[in-house]
Amino acid sequence: MTKPKVGFYWCASCGGCEEAVVDLHEAILDVVAAVDIVFWPCAMDFKRTDVEAMADGELAVCFINGAVRTSEQFEMVELLRRKAGVVIAFGACAQSGGIPGLANFTSKAAILANVYEDTRTTVNPHKTYPQATVQVPEGTLTLPVLDETVRALGQAIPVDYYLPGCPPPAKLIADAVGAILAGTLPAPGSVLAPNVGVCHECTRKETKPEKMLVTQFKRPHQVLIDPAQCLLAQGLVCLGPDTRSGCGAACPAGNMPCTGCLGALDQVRDFGAKALSGLASVLDAGEDAAIDAGLAGVPDPAGTFYRYSLPASELFAKLPE
Amino acid sequence: MSETMQSAEPRVGVYVCHCGINIAAKVDIAAVVEFAKTLPYVIVVRDYKFMCSDPGQELLQQDIKELGLNRIVVASCSPLMHEATFRHATEAAGLNQFYFQMANIREHVSWVTADKALATRKSQALVSAAVRRVVLNEPLEHQKVPVKPNVLVVGGGIAGIHAALTLANAGKQVTLVEREPTIGGHMAKFDKTFPTLDCAACILTPKMSMVRSHPNITMLTYAEVVGVEGYVGNFTVKVKKKARYVHEELCVGCNECVEACVYKEGRFTDTFNEGLSKRKPVYMPFPQATPSVVLIDPESCIELKTGKCKKQCATACTRNAIDFTMTDEIVALEVGAIIIATGFQTFDATRIPQYGYGKFPNVYTSLEVERLVNASGPTGGEVQLRDGSTPKRVGIIHCVGSRDEKTNRHCSRVCCMYSLKLAHLIHERTDAEVYNLYIDMRTPGKGYEEFYDKLLKEGVNFIRGRAAEVTDWTVTPEEEGKLVIRAEDTLIGVVRRIPVDMVVLSVGLEAHADADEVRRLFNISCSKEGWFLERHPKLAPVSTFTDGIFIAGACQGPKDIPDTVAQAGAAVAEALALVDRGFVELEPNTAFITKELCSGCHTCIAMCPFSAIRYNKEAGVAEINPALCKGCGTCVAACPSGAAQQHLFTDEQIFQEIEGVLNYV
Repeated sequence: MTKPKVGFYWCASCGGCEEAVVDLHEAILDVVAAVDIVFWPCAMDFKRTDVEAMADGELAVCFINGAVRTSEQFEMVELLRRKAGVVIAFGACAQSGGIPGLANFTSKAAILANVYEDTRTTVNPHKTYPQATVQVPEGTLTLPVLDETVRALGQAIPVDYYLPGCPPPAKLIADAVGAILAGTLPAPGSVLAPNVGVCHECTRKETKPEKMLVTQFKRPHQVLIDPAQCLLAQGLVCLGPDTRSGCGAACPAGNMPCTGCLGALDQVRDFGAKALSGLASVLDAGEDAAIDAGLAGVPDPAGTFYRYSLPASELFAKLPE
Repeated sequence: MSETMQSAEPRVGVYVCHCGINIAAKVDIAAVVEFAKTLPYVIVVRDYKFMCSDPGQELLQQDIKELGLNRIVVASCSPLMHEATFRHATEAAGLNQFYFQMANIREHVSWVTADKALATRKSQALVSAAVRRVVLNEPLEHQKVPVKPNVLVVGGGIAGIHAALTLANAGKQVTLVEREPTIGGHMAKFDKTFPTLDCAACILTPKMSMVRSHPNITMLTYAEVVGVEGYVGNFTVKVKKKARYVHEELCVGCNECVEACVYKEGRFTDTFNEGLSKRKPVYMPFPQATPSVVLIDPESCIELKTGKCKKQCATACTRNAIDFTMTDEIVALEVGAIIIATGFQTFDATRIPQYGYGKFPNVYTSLEVERLVNASGPTGGEVQLRDGSTPKRVGIIHCVGSRDEKTNRHCSRVCCMYSLKLAHLIHERTDAEVYNLYIDMRTPGKGYEEFYDKLLKEGVNFIRGRAAEVTDWTVTPEEEGKLVIRAEDTLIGVVRRIPVDMVVLSVGLEAHADADEVRRLFNISCSKEGWFLERHPKLAPVSTFTDGIFIAGACQGPKDIPDTVAQAGAAVAEALALVDRGFVELEPNTAFITKELCSGCHTCIAMCPFSAIRYNKEAGVAEINPALCKGCGTCVAACPSGAAQQHLFTDEQIFQEIEGVLNYV
């Protein structure tokens, strides 16, 4: 029996997702034994032409991490979509835009102006900007073009499954691979992680006070964190209640508040809006001044609540058609 | 209808109501009908002149039976108006009534949109929203909750007194709360009542003492409602009893303490007499005050202000009723219904400076004159000027603070009649020449026109025209020493100067200055003038938009005593219909938590204003007690994982409604 063919690709991401695959440790040997990895630019030497040479659907599964920002990324994910039977959006950036998606708070023009003109270390008297094509004596050079906005993978191509996390926890990856091999994947469109909040598996859950009310939110460097007590109850902006579990509540276990990397639960449409609503509910303040004081511990609300999901937000500007 | 049929693929019927021309004149009904036919799951679309009529309701009922519809949308008026009607029609045809959805294209569209094309588009958008939403509606059942049998009446004027007595006579336990130290309200200040001229005290004080002695009535005077919680049939009300410094149950109203007070004479403004006399710090508001209990005013009592009084009052009291250590007390009540009868305030005549109130001593308000003509008033019923002399010429100016663009636009309804009454009483007691300066004479009550007719024959003068000013600037010898009312007599077309000794300003009725706070307290609405708003001006005149809270008397709008009493009776009938039924059906719009989705984060628990949520430690999830949930939706909005949802308002229903509108627009 031929082994199923598997591909990995990355778009706008930091590389952490690639590391996460390696985080499987020796279990990766089982994966390699079970499948043929036929495309993985980060780790192995394959070319685009290798993919183009494949028959449509030849790849059983393709894991794609990172958001889509450039014409090259879009071309590649469209190509991989054709070649792969199953596309799995791997990690927060692919799932909902992730950290690169925060660029949607500004425009492409502003980003280019900042990088090529405005920064103090830039000297660009001729206002040279990267061009899609440039004629040189040797011929035509091309560069990928930056899109107007950052897109989550699902906004660029149809996606079959989502493996959430920044990066996806090793256990979720192993479970997903197991499900693929066993043919037990759930209904298409599913997120391959439990549909319940991080608190569910947090070791601090039992220490929650009956009434979860906080008068003052604080940032981790401002307090000596009690290593046992619920972080939210201590006033830390822990997004555990808002965030899908599957990580084993690793951050709270490491004395760090959850930042929401596994994203929203199935029934929540907009992670940031829900997280804001949830956190605002916990704030026990009546007067405007008390509210402002209490919220002083959340200096960057947009970056806090939409850290991983701005492109996927329903509230943010509609993407260009 | 079988369950399988109800859970089958949605089959939606859409019914567009013309509401006569209410909707049809502004909305292109045919265009809405054609549009609705294009929406998903829609099987049939019809329009009808009056969907709420029997034939209209039969339309949808027939379609449910013949076309197997399992979802109904009616595009018509506000749900407040006819949601119940169409729900019942849906239920009567064998479908769960919550498979019905209303689109409001009257109040939200035809009545408020000027442009016909826009109104039509807006109607289409709302129909689109309703169709998308109704597909997600679920079958639900009403929850029955018992009603507490007791009733609270707020306000101890004639409306509150009548309401309390009628309820008590029906066997209900009633608590009557009055802000002043005595019940009686404005009526207790009047001498005679129009048009029969029967003595106000003679007809009122027996009712006041019946309130005092009725075994079913608890009277809380000098008390104010400070908190209202709960809902129809189950209100918890907090009442603050202000400290009287006199034990109500010990005082017999002998007034020995008032006699003994270190102040030999009254020194402080007697508000019951409209400031025409002075009282002591310890006082009885008026002789027939109910309860017949004195009180001590902490603002003027030396002991309460400085702690350095001989306390002769306390010594004089043989029953040790006086207690300077008394403090305000909070009383909690559990009631099923509330009747608000908080009355009115009179217009502040200083707001019209050209009439000279507060500047010329002999310019009086009508309420002051009521006290002057009252046998138990400050002058024992003698109509006297400030210097004690008897006026020979009196001018009564109507519509002071009524029918006036600058102050109040409304007609206060009672001023014409009470002005006639005062004209009669003054003329009778002093033989003075009396002038009534009116804009229009409004006497549309039983026996009112006849009373006017009687006055015309009694020799009282009537001048049609709004008075321009009251001045002491005299031009002729006969005006010397008098006040002159300048007014255009519109019947003969000349400006007249009428020299008088006394001017009576017929001040209008206004909503209380704190009406807005009161309405917030009870969660009812009021008009921009502050009158409490009835649920429907014609068909629900004593109900409010908050179930279980009724209004009676002048707090709803100016009215005379007969109308006030009639309305109090109507409010009692509504309250009895509620409490005697014994239960209320609550909207099944309660919240619920899907336990598989709950991470046990605790966010919702502190949010619930009704303490309906508890944490189940064994299961590690939060649970909502549906009997305590009032469907406010706070926990649903707060729930960070979307595990808490609300029946009738699931996230998906709301999103579909929004998308229905947005996709169309």
